[in-house]
This record gives sequence, C-alpha cells and structure tokens, in this order.
Amino acid sequence: MRPIRSLRLILTCLGLALALLAGPARAQDIPGLVQSMGEASLRELGGIVEELAATGDSAVAPALEALAEGDLYANEADGRVVILARNRMYDPVTQEEIGPAADADLSRIRINNSLRRDVAAALGGLTLMSDNPSVRLSAARSMRANPSEENLALLDEALAAETDPAVRSAMETARAVTVLSLADTGIEEKRAAVPVVAHNARREAITILNSALADAPDELAADIRSAIAGLEQERAIWAALQNVWFGVSLGSVLLLAAIGLAITFGVMGVINMAHGEMVMLGAYTTFVVQEVIRQNAPGLFDYSLAIALPLAFLITALIGMAIERGIIRWLYGRALETLLATWGLSLILQQTVRSIFGPTNRQVGNPSWMSGSFEFYGLSITWNRFWIVIFAIAVFAALLVVLNRTSLGLQMRAVTQNRRMASAMGIRTPFVDAMTFGLGSGIAGLAGVALSQIDNVSPNLGQGYIIDSFMVVVFGGVGNLWGTLVGALTLGVANKFLEPYAGAVLGKILILVLIILFIQRRPRGLFALKGRAVES
Amino acid sequence: MNMKFALGAALAGTLTLSMAPAYAQDEPIKVGILHSLSGTMAISETTLKDTMLFLIEQQNAKGGLLGRQLEPVVVDIASDWPLAAEKARELLTVNEVDAVFGCWTSVCRKSVLPVFEELNGLLFYPVQYEGEESQRNVFYTGASPNQQAIPAVDYLMEEEGVERWVLAGTDYVYPQTTNKILEQYLLDAGVAPEDIMINYTPFGHSDWQTIVSEIKAFGSEGKKTAVVSTINGDANVPFYRELANQGIAAEDIPVVAFSVGEEELSGFDTTPLVGHLAAWNYFMSVETPENEEFIKAWHEFIGNEDRVTNDPMEAHYIGFNLWVKAVEAAGSTDPDAVIDSIVGLETPNLTGGIARMLPNHHITKPVLIGEIQDDGQFFVVWETEDLVPGDAWSDFLPESAMLEADWTAPINCGNYNKETQTCGGSEVAAAN
Repeated sequence: MRPIRSLRLILTCLGLALALLAGPARAQDIPGLVQSMGEASLRELGGIVEELAATGDSAVAPALEALAEGDLYANEADGRVVILARNRMYDPVTQEEIGPAADADLSRIRINNSLRRDVAAALGGLTLMSDNPSVRLSAARSMRANPSEENLALLDEALAAETDPAVRSAMETARAVTVLSLADTGIEEKRAAVPVVAHNARREAITILNSALADAPDELAADIRSAIAGLEQERAIWAALQNVWFGVSLGSVLLLAAIGLAITFGVMGVINMAHGEMVMLGAYTTFVVQEVIRQNAPGLFDYSLAIALPLAFLITALIGMAIERGIIRWLYGRALETLLATWGLSLILQQTVRSIFGPTNRQVGNPSWMSGSFEFYGLSITWNRFWIVIFAIAVFAALLVVLNRTSLGLQMRAVTQNRRMASAMGIRTPFVDAMTFGLGSGIAGLAGVALSQIDNVSPNLGQGYIIDSFMVVVFGGVGNLWGTLVGALTLGVANKFLEPYAGAVLGKILILVLIILFIQRRPRGLFALKGRAVES
Repeated sequence: MNMKFALGAALAGTLTLSMAPAYAQDEPIKVGILHSLSGTMAISETTLKDTMLFLIEQQNAKGGLLGRQLEPVVVDIASDWPLAAEKARELLTVNEVDAVFGCWTSVCRKSVLPVFEELNGLLFYPVQYEGEESQRNVFYTGASPNQQAIPAVDYLMEEEGVERWVLAGTDYVYPQTTNKILEQYLLDAGVAPEDIMINYTPFGHSDWQTIVSEIKAFGSEGKKTAVVSTINGDANVPFYRELANQGIAAEDIPVVAFSVGEEELSGFDTTPLVGHLAAWNYFMSVETPENEEFIKAWHEFIGNEDRVTNDPMEAHYIGFNLWVKAVEAAGSTDPDAVIDSIVGLETPNLTGGIARMLPNHHITKPVLIGEIQDDGQFFVVWETEDLVPGDAWSDFLPESAMLEADWTAPINCGNYNKETQTCGGSEVAAAN
C-alpha cells in the first residue's frame, strides 16, 4: 500500500495547491470551516460542504462522514462542533477525544436530501485513495452515483494503482458512468464506456444509459439503443421470474397464516374466526420478547426471533386449548354457533390487546440478518421474505411429520375420521381435541412471529389474514395439508401476476371471483378428500 | 363478511361510554367526541379522543366556559361509518351536546354530514382532507389540498428537481380526489402524462413487493422520480419496510407522505427511512414556546413521556380554542350564534402563527415539509413564508375552479358559483 500512500500525499498536496490557487486562502482553515457548521442554516451548510470538498484534504472526511451519518453535533454550551460516538465527544478534524457527552448540551446538525447527496459526492472524491478496500469501494460507488468532471482524473489515478478486482470493477463502472454523463468527453471514449456500463451497472444500467441517450449524438445513440434493447430483453425475462418469486413469497405468507387453520378448520371442522387473533398474539409475543431483550440484554437482539418462536407457540397453543375446552367443545356439530362464538371471542381478544398494549402499532425490529436484500443473478430478493419462505416450508414439513409420524398425529387423524370408533379403541378423544386445537393455534402463533417482520403489529393484524386464510383452505381442499400448500402458492402467484395488469384492488377482486367460480365447479377444492371420511 | 361487520358495530356500540364529571353547580356544557376507539381506525383516532379530554380538562381548570364547566361525552364509532351517523344523531338528540369534535376518514365525515345538517349541530373535523366541500355546520381544521399536497409537490419540483411522479394511494375518496387534483396540477405544470404513474391499493395492503419494484423500475428511466403517497393507516409500515428492504433510499426516490405523522412512525424503526418526507401543518419537533408548553402539558395529562403529538392533534387544539372563543363572543352555545361569530376569529397555532377561521369554514395554516429522522421525528426542511388560507374548492379542477364557499351574509353558500353568481346547493334552504 505504500505507493498509494505516497500518491495520496501527492494528490493532497495537489489539491491543496489547487485550492490555494483557486480561491481565497480558506484551505488551511478547515477547523474554522467545520466549526462554522454549528450555527449554519441548511443553505449555508451547503456552501460549507462545498468549500470543505474543494479543499481536497482527506482530513475533512471524518467530519463529512459524521455529518452524513447524523453523528455531528454542536455543543450549545460552548458552541463547539463535535463528533459523537459511543457517548463520547471527539474533535471532528483531529479526532482527539474531548470528553464524555454527558456534560455537554448537544444538538444534532441536521441535513436534508440534497445536502446528503452533496456530502456523498464530496466523500467519494476524498476517500477514493483510502487504504481500506471497502472504503474505496463505497467511494467508487458514490462517484458512480454523483458523476462530475473532477472525478474523472481522480478515478484514472486510482485505477492505475488499484489491485483489488472488486474495487477495480466498481471504479471502472464509475469511470464509464462519468464518461457517459459528461458532455465534452470524446465519442470513442463514450462508445467504449457503453458496454462497461451495460455489463457492470446491473439494475441501474438502464437508468444510466437512458439518461445518456437523451443528449447523445446520432452515431453514439445507436450503440446505446442496442445496449438498452439487450438489457430490456434480459430484464423482461428476469421480471417474470421476479414476479414468480413475489408470488411464492406472498404464497408462503398465506401458507403460514392458513396452515394452522387447515388443522382446526380442515381437520377438526371447527370454523375458528379467532384464528387471526392467534396470529396477532404470536406477533405481540415477539414484541414483548424484543422489549425484554432491549431492556436487559441488547446483545441478544439478533436471537430475539429464535426466542420468540417457542414462546409464541406455547402461549398461543395454551390459549387455543383453553378456548377449545372452555367454549368450542360445547358447540361441536353446531357450525353457525361456533362461528359466532369464535368471532365474538376474536373481538374480545382484539380489544383486550388494545387495552393492554394500546391501539397504536408496536415496534418490532428486524434482526440484522432479516434486513436488506441480495441480488441473485437478475433477481433482487429481500432477506425477510427469503427467510419467511424458508420458515413456511419448515413449518409445513414439521406439521406433516407430526401428523403422519407421531402417535399424537395418528390419534388426531383417527378422532377426526371416526370419533366413536377412536373412543372405543381407547383414545381419549377430549384430550386429542384439545391437543389438535392447541397445535393449530400454536402454529398460528408461529405465523405471528414471522408476520411481525413484514406487517404492522397492531390489534388488527389478524383481521387482515382471516379471510385470506379461509380462502386458501377452502380453495386447496378442506382436510388436506398438501391442498393448503398448493392453494396458498397458486393464489400467491396468481395474485402477483394479476397485480401489474389489474392493479392491487382489482387483482384481489378477480382472485375472489375466480375462487367462487372454481368452488362452483369443484365444491371440495383442489384436493378433495375421498372415501368415507367425506361423509362424517 | 357483512354479518361480521354488523355484529361488530352492535357489540362496539354497547361499549360506548359516557363520562359524567362531579361538578354540578350549573348545567355543564356538553362536548361530543366522535372517534373510533376500536376497529381499524382506532390506531389514529384514540389519541384524538385523549386530546379532546385533555383540552376540556385544561379549559375546566381555567374556570370552564361562560362560567359553566365542560363535560365530555365520548362515543365509539368503531371504524363503522353507518354507526358514526347513528352515534352523531345520538350525541345531538339524546346527549344534547353543544359541539362535536370528531371523525378521521372522509367517509366518516360524509356519512355524518346529513345528520349535522338536519339537526343543526356543529362538527369540528381535524384531519387533512380532499377539499371539494364546504358545509355550514362543519369546520375544517385540517388541511385542504392547497395547504398540503400542492406545496409539497412544489417543494419536490423546485428543491429536488423531480420530473417523474408516482401518485400512490389507498383506494378511497381522499386519495382519489387528491390525486385527481395533483394530476391536473402536474399536467398544467408541463409534466408529460407518461411521467405520471397512479397506483391504488386496498386498505391495509401488506404485500408491497410488486408495487415497490414497479416504482423502482418507473424511477429508472433517467429522470429524477418521487413518490407522492396518500397511503393511509396500517398499510404504511409494510410499504416503508419494503422500500427500505429493496434499497430505495430517499436520496434516489424520495417519498412524500400526507398521512404519515409522528404517531404512525412510532410503530417502527425509522433508520432506513431517514430523508423521506412528509407535508403537514405541524410537527412535534417545531421549536416554539407554545408547542413546548403544549407537549409538556400533554405528557403530564397522559402520564407517558414517550407519547408523541401530531398534526390532527394541533387541529383539534385550534378548533377547540376557536369554538371556545366563538362561544365567548356569542355569549351562548347556540349553533347559529356560534356559526355567525366564529368566522374571522383568531387563535395562535402551535407553530408560531395565527389560525383564523375563514368564511369558507377552513382556517389559515403554515405548510411545513419535514424529513423523517432516525428518532421518528421530523426535521423541517422547508416552510411557506406566509400562512396559507384553506381553499374549499380546488382551483385546479375545471369543475370546481369557479366555485367558492362563503358562510357569511350576503352569500351564505357552500358552493357559490362566481360566474353565474348563484348558489348551487340546497344548503341555503337548510341554513335559513
């Protein structure tokens, strides 16, 4: 890294010299400029950032970084501008520690979007020669986002010394983007830049090329157009695949919400309108777990969901069993009364939660491994959706194992197929009923933990899913878990393919109409149960 | 699901509570509070009920009104609009309240309007709405489109250089009308029709993947793009989450929202949203002595330092103070006397300006644009130099450009046609 360092030194000197030549001798006054940010208005801040960037001195980088991150504060007590990190104050230029933040009256120096862009652009120029490859990478990226004439020279210098392939490719892209965006670069140079952008800039390539097309001369425009056409074609294929992924992800959410219902409604035949509230209680369990962790052990936050899962399952399963023992068992065989009773129960549960936790949304955070997205070839996949799909599949598999491979599962199936015969065989049917309902409710609780990651945690959470859940179970075929899986995925994908054409509102209506028509043709859903079980 | 809603209404109706205070020297003045305390809108409206109780308690501590104590009558409309009309009727006929503060959604206001007209009551409506309405018995203390939507679009056009627009909203009357006005405004400003994308979603929409990726694609055409969001209520959290997860930063595609305030943001971690915008007439972060005092008293009343304040709360604060002044000026709580005396009255708002009740029953407000901060508060990046008077009928829609509302003599009309010089509605007959 030695050559780079000396290069940086030269550049810094060059920058300094330039700044000295260009304007009044403000360049030495970096501390003064930084200090003046304390009292500046938004408009003045813009000017100061510009002046700081014009110094070309990498010593201003920490102050600008802090400004962008919101870590730059003005101490109201002595008017001094400081960087706040881990509750201690640091000098924004020399990085020396000043003291603990507790003694100071700090107010943050706030910026707006356009200033944030300016700072990012300035930082790109200042940190391109950093020793740290990841800093260089982000500098190259910010240069790509904010192309300017000065960057070109800097990028050329940096490219000459760059050894890291990833950073190199980012710099080449940034250079190509800059070349394309500047008016006075040569046509040949621009032509060479087009394929670099098309190949490297991924999803933004079309944006960049389109904006370059606007003021391109004719001979270049053809090149750009063909590059865009190629990209568009590629994008159309990926867009279709992306839509399938969206559908699968929506389907997995539907599956999670419906699968508990597939047990209580599908297997037991109980119309449980309070199912959505079990989902809601699962989400609130997650909230409580996160609150406890936040207060007592913030380090465990990334594990909060793992802790919430068994708890949510236990709590909702116990509540489910209590509901079964307390209310539903008195109403077996009376579908309408069960519907009314469980629906009343759902209102009571909602209002109870509203009284305890308040009517507003509660904050459930995404652990770091569930935030953001990743690119998989041409697909952009968000982590939270990705993990929810995996989780839905895992829950489904676990449920299949429980129903088909355990003695409890065997008893459940026996009781639902022929209660009296099962009883005669020595199965404690009331116990099995309670366990089955508890299992269905517990799974709803698990769904709640997952849904807390993508939806509001509010008392109304469950309401939004109850109709969809019934739709999935009825469509897939009552009493069949595989039907629920196929039903959920079909509805998810169909919904996502209708949405771009029909819009979200009409799409939902169309799906409902299609299901109604489908049920007319096949009243028992996709996977109808056959044999004697149907009659009972 | 019809049965479900009807039953819910019935159940929630029985929960209605009426609070009887202990003072009894004189007959108290009754104030009706008509908000949803259960159902989907409870999330926003419960706070407004608390705000009214807080304002009434403060007024009583100051000695009440006309020497009489104020008595709140709280009813729960359970996010059910036919029930809202019933409850409004109950407030006016059974409880005989002198003024009603309430409603959040436009559909609620539209369903209680005929009741207030018929029984000659007073309704103070505290939420920003789509305009195109002025009723003798209603006072609109929230923003009309020219006090929120239009300045926000101006800001994006001038300060951020936006050329391409996504108008995203929930599918009901407020977003539909606002977007109609905005679309016309943008077309008038020279935006090409293909640079405007309009998208509607159902209430409580939670799967935003497709729409956010469409917005992303729409924004990748090389022109600066912004989203103007009239998405309401619960759908906002998953929307912003999807934006953050798909990596749409405010620097690239800013979202300016008209229905997202401090209360809505208190539900989640706003770090990924820093820089997205909201347009309101009040922010909790505004530093004025009035606001500091209000927040302090509010925290004392509610007993929780973490509770935020928001724009509709300020609207209730203004509306309540204007009503108090009008009653004092008229010397009576009689609706006709209040309607006559309230126009032209002024009261300080919480952002250092003066709110004046205009003849069209709207008020003057400053317009503030705030950027979301990582603590769930807003930082004001722009504000109008002067107070903006609320306009009942948008000047940008051809069918309403010639209409104006004036509830003072001699016009006394909610939709007066300036060209034909006639009153278009039936309101006058009811009024006199």
